[in-house]
Formats: sequence, structure tokens, C-alpha cells
Amino acid sequence: MLVPTFAAAIWAADAPYFVTYTHHMEEPGTLEVAIENLTGRPQAGERFLGSLLEVEYGVKGWWSTEFYFSGQSTRNDSTLFTGYRWENRFRPLMGEHWINPVLYVEFADLNGADKTMKEVVGFDSQFDQNTRNAEARVEKKREIETKLILSSNFKGWNLAENVIAEKNLSNAPWEFGYAVGVSRPLALKASPRACRMCIENVRAGVEFYGGLGTRHRFGLGDTSHYVAPTVALELPSGTTFQISPGFGMTSASHGFLLRFAVAYELPGLARHLRRLWRTYR
Amino acid sequence: MGTCLRFSLAVLPAAFILCLASAGTHNKTGVSGAWLKNVPLYAGARTNPYAQDEDAVAAGAKLFQRHCSSCHGKDANGTGRAPTLNSFTVKNASPGALFWLLRNGLLRRGMPSWSRLPDEQRWQIVTYLQSIQDR
Repeated sequence: MLVPTFAAAIWAADAPYFVTYTHHMEEPGTLEVAIENLTGRPQAGERFLGSLLEVEYGVKGWWSTEFYFSGQSTRNDSTLFTGYRWENRFRPLMGEHWINPVLYVEFADLNGADKTMKEVVGFDSQFDQNTRNAEARVEKKREIETKLILSSNFKGWNLAENVIAEKNLSNAPWEFGYAVGVSRPLALKASPRACRMCIENVRAGVEFYGGLGTRHRFGLGDTSHYVAPTVALELPSGTTFQISPGFGMTSASHGFLLRFAVAYELPGLARHLRRLWRTYR
Repeated sequence: MGTCLRFSLAVLPAAFILCLASAGTHNKTGVSGAWLKNVPLYAGARTNPYAQDEDAVAAGAKLFQRHCSSCHGKDANGTGRAPTLNSFTVKNASPGALFWLLRNGLLRRGMPSWSRLPDEQRWQIVTYLQSIQDR
């Protein structure tokens, strides 16, 4: 019953970023489910795979909400669930402008073994990830994260800048970070042919992200920074594949990170649920 | 398990369900055409570079099915979520006004902004929408 109900998926046509957010919100009533993975290897540590299950819902045209459930697996160590995040994004201005601001608020309840690196803030470094999971998971990180997202579209290009401020709810200082992304579809005009692999279905870009220290020590010293080309292929079936190799630019950064994801959109979820409710009550 | 964690585990799913439920309160989009009053003169006066282009109609139809049909229906005749686009309002709106609507959306009324699509693709959708008005 559910399969044909949800069969009509739509395209996301979103920017192909993993870390940077744009002002594009989830369409109202649409649920997106995605699995995002990150693999890397600290210089003195073991290779790991951090995974996020992402469930995003468009509540209103100006409000999207999203849950992330995260886990990780480290070679010669263990596999564990590391916590969850709940984020909300709000567009304060209703129309489209040269620069479109979005306010982002997130609550995260993670443990110290989390290796998903959804953002890089403060003095986050590859060396944090050398600790054994049994020891790292003892650390509790209940955090509030805020972002100011600024994003613009011009002639098919998207340019997005995020300013990040994160506070561990224990007695820790505010930590800061940034993310910047630029992307474009490979073709601006859609082909009149029905096709899966049309060039307009591919978006490519690059993102830069890193930490900016803390309230007590703001700056670039001892922080990690990455540059990451990224590509997304959006199939007409509603499935999106994304991949992004990331390269560390400082000694505190991982030398190489690989992110890959698959996402699927289910439009009209609330309407389908209401229909199911009426059918079965 | 700490009190804070127990509290958040209880509250977060409840909040998410409330979010889902509130999605049912979207107003239907632009039935009256009141949005036309918000279209700036310069935007309404823009001309469609793909007017009368058969390829643009076909490409616009493809884009419409991907992005718009889940709300407006496969044949653009509307669904419970969004109004018909075979309407007096759309028929009489200028191409520039329709392009402006696709770019800005009507976020408070549930119509998303399609600024994520390149201008060329939004013009192709406009071409398709105008092509179905006389059917």
C-alpha cells in the first residue's frame, strides 16, 4: 500500500553540498530521507566510517525541520550509535533577494565518538579521532548550534556562506566555524528528451569549511580547514547521488576525507498519511 | 540516563509529529491571483526568450512533471494541495509575472520558491504553462 502511495517522487535540484547550507528549503509536505557517509583516516589512527541517517521535512515554505541519527564504525575498534541532532531552518524574508538569509538552530545530543563531521568548528582536529571508541563515547556533548546562512543564485550559480556558532551546554566556550560553497548545474537549459543521464541532472561545485577557534581564542591558528569538490546526480526517479572528496589544508586537518550520500524524496507525505488514516480508521 | 536526555527523547518526537500535522494547514496557492499585485512592473514586463519554442514546451513539460505535478497534478488541473494552473489567472498573467512567481514562490501560502532552478529552466516551465492554456 505504501509503495505506490509514495511512488511519485520529485527532484530535489538542490546544491550538491555536504557541509554548506543554502537558502533552499524542503518543499512543504515533502519528506527527504538520506544516508550520508564519511570515511577518513587520522595520521595516527584507524580508518573510520561515520554515517548519518537524515530525515528532512518541509513544514512550511519558510520552515524546514530535520533529524539526523548518527553512528560510526572504526577499524580494529567498534561500531556504535553516537547520537542525534534536530535542526530547524527559517527563512525570515519571503521573497527572493540578491542575498537570502536563513536562520538555523540545532540541538545535538552526541557522544565524543561521533565522527560524522557535519560541521567543523573551534579547534576540531584529526587528532580528536585517535581516541578509542570505548573511551571517547563516555564524553557527552549536548550542544546548541546556530548558523547564519547567506545564499544567492545568479545565472545558474549558487553561492552560499555559513557562519557557525556552537555552544556545548556544559561549561565550554562558544566555538566558531564557517562553510562556503559555490555550485552550478552542468547545463542550464533542460533537454526536451526524457533522459536519466542528461547533463542538466548533474550539479558540480566546491566547498570550503573549517574552524575559527573559540570565544577565548578566535582565529585560524591550530584550526582545521578543508576544500572539497562535490558532484551530485539527480535521477528523475527522485533519487540523488552525491560524492565529495575533501582535502585538508592544515596540519590539524585530515589529509583526505571522502563523503558520499544517497537521498530520496517523498512528496505530499502529510496528504498521504491523512489519506491512510481516513482509509483505516 | 540523565533527566535532560529523557526529556529530549520525549519532547523531540512529539514536536516532529506536531510539525507533520501542521503541514496540513497550507492554504491553497494563488487561486485568486492576488499575488499578481505583488509583481513589480519591470518583472511583469520581461519577455520569454523561449516563447513559441516547441523544444521549450517539451522541456517545460518534463520539468513540470518533475517539480510541480506532485502538488498541481500531472495535467496541471490541481490537487488538494495546490490549485489548477489551467485557469483564468495563469492564462492572463504575463510570462514575466509567471517567471517572477516561480522565482519567488508564495512561501506563506505553501508555494515554494524555485530559484534553485536556472532562469532557463524556469522560462521553459513558463512556456509549457502558457502552451496548455488553450487546450
